[in-house]
Amino acid sequence: MLWQYVPIAIMLVLSMGLAALIVALGHLVGPSRPTHRKMIPYESGMVPIGPGMRRQPIRFYRIAMLFLLFDIEVVFLLPWAVVSRKLGLFGFIEALIFIAILLVGYLYAWKGGALEWE
Amino acid sequence: MTVPVTWQDVAALLPEFFLVVWASALLLLDVFWIREKRTTAWLSALGFVVALVLAVGQMGRAPLLAFRGMVIADAFSVFLVALFALSGLVGILLAQDYLARNGIERGEFYVLLMFSVVGMMLMARVADLVMIFLALELFSLPLYVMTGFARPRADSEEAALKYFLLGAFASGFMAFGIALVYGATSTTSLPHMVDVIQAGEADLALLTAGAALVLTGLGFKIATVPFHMWTPDVYHGAPSPVSGFMAATAKMAGFAALLRLFVLVFPVVADLTPVLWALAALSMVLGNVAAIAQRNIKRLLAYSSIAHAGYMLSAAVAFADPHLGPQAVAAILFYLVAYVLATFGAWGVVILLERRIGQEGLLLEDYAGLSRQYPGLAAAMAVFMLSFIGVPPTLGFFGKFYLFRVVLDAGFVGLALIGVLTSLVSAYYYLRVVMLMYMKPGEPIVRREPRVQATVLAAAALTLFLGLTAASSLYAWATEAILRFG
Repeated sequence: MLWQYVPIAIMLVLSMGLAALIVALGHLVGPSRPTHRKMIPYESGMVPIGPGMRRQPIRFYRIAMLFLLFDIEVVFLLPWAVVSRKLGLFGFIEALIFIAILLVGYLYAWKGGALEWE
Repeated sequence: MTVPVTWQDVAALLPEFFLVVWASALLLLDVFWIREKRTTAWLSALGFVVALVLAVGQMGRAPLLAFRGMVIADAFSVFLVALFALSGLVGILLAQDYLARNGIERGEFYVLLMFSVVGMMLMARVADLVMIFLALELFSLPLYVMTGFARPRADSEEAALKYFLLGAFASGFMAFGIALVYGATSTTSLPHMVDVIQAGEADLALLTAGAALVLTGLGFKIATVPFHMWTPDVYHGAPSPVSGFMAATAKMAGFAALLRLFVLVFPVVADLTPVLWALAALSMVLGNVAAIAQRNIKRLLAYSSIAHAGYMLSAAVAFADPHLGPQAVAAILFYLVAYVLATFGAWGVVILLERRIGQEGLLLEDYAGLSRQYPGLAAAMAVFMLSFIGVPPTLGFFGKFYLFRVVLDAGFVGLALIGVLTSLVSAYYYLRVVMLMYMKPGEPIVRREPRVQATVLAAAALTLFLGLTAASSLYAWATEAILRFG
């Protein structure tokens, strides 16, 4: 039953082995001369400002969450749009109900001030 | 061309549809027009009354699979849907004054409560694995938010985070279990699954593993040992009306799905009987023993709710027996009614005595002398405590009687013995509350909140008089609310 997956298992082992081999070879054979320039975070030469673990305003999360919600709306509407002719009036009404539910959330977020930055 | 939704489908889910539309409209009304938050509370209470009427209107109809087998409207689900609508109403009656006096009243609370109740109703209606997961999340997510509603109080936020993280973890188990069950039977539809299992086409080992994982997810929601760790902290940190609402309804919702799955679909996985036996026994023992050590009434009620989950689960141990399955369902439904009444009542008393949110009036000593100044309230609390113990005239006695009868009929004498003995142990801490109220001097301060007081007194009256007069007819009604697919 599981025999058909054997090629995948072989592939997995081979690719992991190859990756490990290349990294190991690079460490063993390659010359290592770390200079200050080479050790800074951005190789482009950009100087980092402040530590990496800074506190971020919570607003970013709120915006990200709202974006995710309405992004999902598009994800659902796209396949509907592709087959909307086949689904006919019933599908159209279904999509309207779906949008109406999200509209309630949108109006609530808007009125609640979630879309304002300050 | 797909087959459109018929009016029959809509009629099968009428209370849920109404509540969703009502709650969505209320959400907008609340942010755009309503100034007084009390108006939102009244409107949502009105919504629950209408939903209750719609649910009662569904009673006595033939079982009906709707939305192409996703949900079912049978007697069992209608029974619970009516109970959920009533619980939502009580939840709002208990919450409104409390939220207002503590300055945390926001319109969203009532809307979240309505959405949560819709999820619980769907939990009673499930006829498909996918619906179980959807309904579970729909009733859980609002509860996480409501737990943290006393923001920015640290204990409320901590409780919400704890509940959310552990709840998400439990949902993960649930989803994995659902995947395994689907893998074992190659269908998500529960009625179809019954056919597949009866035809012997299911992979039993995989099905057992899946059922065990689903049991883990549901065990978290109904708070059985060893999935109970969150219960005392969450019930303690959450605003008291939310704790009371969760203790009563989340347990009902969890049991609704658990019974439908195990009694109707999984009798074949009889291998899990010892597991259920152990869960029930552990919950009864640990819940009752840990409750003895509590000085805080909210933690005491939390541990007591764990113990009651154990009592109910002990009847569900007989799920694999085709003759006892229906009896176990009836006994658990009956016990749920008794438990919900006493739970709402007891938490109502807690709300009345809680002076400032999460701070004063929550210790057992604060109940000293209650009978002198407020004899009615003290008598009501005594009734709830006696019902929790299972003392004869109350509804709780009949509940335990029917539960233990099923356990004995199934031949689990040891489990019944554990149930009776732990009930005796529980008398110690329940009676301590009664003793403090009646025999110790004290100056308790009680809120004058007529709606909460009326709810408490009504719950006490029902617990007492249903027990005295109508216990057997209520049990007959619960027996009719039998589980069925079509």
